[in-house]
Amino acid sequence: MKKEDHVHGLVISPIKDGTVIDHITAGEALNVLKILGITGSTTECLSIATNVASKRLGRKDIVKIENRELRKEEVDRIALIAPQARINIIREYRVVDKKGVEIPAILRGVIRCPNPGCITSTNEPIESAFEVLPKGLHCLYCDWWITQDIASHII
Amino acid sequence: MYHIISIRDFERRELDYMLDKAEEFDGRACDPRALEGKLLALLFFEPSTRTRMSFEAAMARLGGRSISMDNVEASSVVKGETLADTIRVVSGYVDAIVLRHPKEGAARMASEFSGVPVINAGDGAGQHPSQTLLDLYTIRQSMPIDGIDLGLLGDLRYGRTAHSLAYALSLYGAKLHVIAPNGLELPAGIVSELDERGMEVVEYEDVNDIIREIDVLYVTRIQRERFPDTASYFKVASSYRITPDLLADVRQHLIILHPLPRAGEIDPGVDRLPYARYFEQSRNGVPVRMALLHEVIR
Repeated sequence: MKKEDHVHGLVISPIKDGTVIDHITAGEALNVLKILGITGSTTECLSIATNVASKRLGRKDIVKIENRELRKEEVDRIALIAPQARINIIREYRVVDKKGVEIPAILRGVIRCPNPGCITSTNEPIESAFEVLPKGLHCLYCDWWITQDIASHII
Repeated sequence: MYHIISIRDFERRELDYMLDKAEEFDGRACDPRALEGKLLALLFFEPSTRTRMSFEAAMARLGGRSISMDNVEASSVVKGETLADTIRVVSGYVDAIVLRHPKEGAARMASEFSGVPVINAGDGAGQHPSQTLLDLYTIRQSMPIDGIDLGLLGDLRYGRTAHSLAYALSLYGAKLHVIAPNGLELPAGIVSELDERGMEVVEYEDVNDIIREIDVLYVTRIQRERFPDTASYFKVASSYRITPDLLADVRQHLIILHPLPRAGEIDPGVDRLPYARYFEQSRNGVPVRMALLHEVIR
């Protein structure tokens, strides 16, 4: 349990096994869940806190997922909407792995190209591929740019 | 392996190298057996006359042969085969593939599945690099490309040749003057990218405002299907028509280019004037494509 949690009372209880995603950009917790494919109809036991006070971010969101350890590809997706997020892997109430998120230079199979004329929008056996640049995301197949509302294009 | 997918993949020195190579093949005696025994596949999923024929002519002039998938309807494509599979199969038959496909990025994908070089001959509204090379080649026949003032006229929104040419010219310090009907302007994303590449882009409403201050006028076809009705098409098309009268007092060395086919954008009376270079431009497709084929087929 972290110091911040003490200061503001126990917002959400610790988990035995699973993943804690901390320092999510305030307001993005639900999008993080969407990226992870967690909806109301999935079985994961979840705790979500939004707009929690944070020294680093002012406000932040926290998501705790029991009995699921995030994989690298999932972490990369989170980086798109919550670049400051920290991933803690929990086993037997102890943090066994702690990692930041890092936006990769190329995103493969993460973003759906909004161009209906793009070859990646067809039944061809390929994944979408976007290069991550300061201006936005650039489709390596059709040259389209995504500069805003990136979360809505996540597969 | 060397694929020709997008003009954006080229650096300035690579463009110059390819143009020099095209010049070597142009007019002078070249080795008519340079590609003897080599086989080229032409995969055209969209109609094309000049691109396809000039690739065939280029291959034949270098002593190579071409095979083609004539009729998409009769091929396995209608049986639901993916382009990726078609490419894998055909690349087992030949030494290089020329591909035209309606989907953007199709050639890039094909290059990932092909065991032989792929040349993009147009992918939807995307890229058509051999066209851009022959455009540059035609300009270079008349004047050094560096620092020219080029007017781009017509459908600049969907016209892939216009986009590719603009990107290439940004490597030559050229200044771009754009004249397009409402709704068919150069997309803002492309303008900002050209700006980042240091290219000055100036917009005009009327070609009359700029025709006397440019070195090259590049005209593209305004397609009827972009307009809601025939009347509005004719109204716009007639106001973008290049006529001999319009060309009074232009720079003496002005050249007019058009990727062809034209649909009335250029009055046939212009064909007789020294400015008209669109038929030479079309002819230049052969040496430029010879250079590309010779470069990729090893």
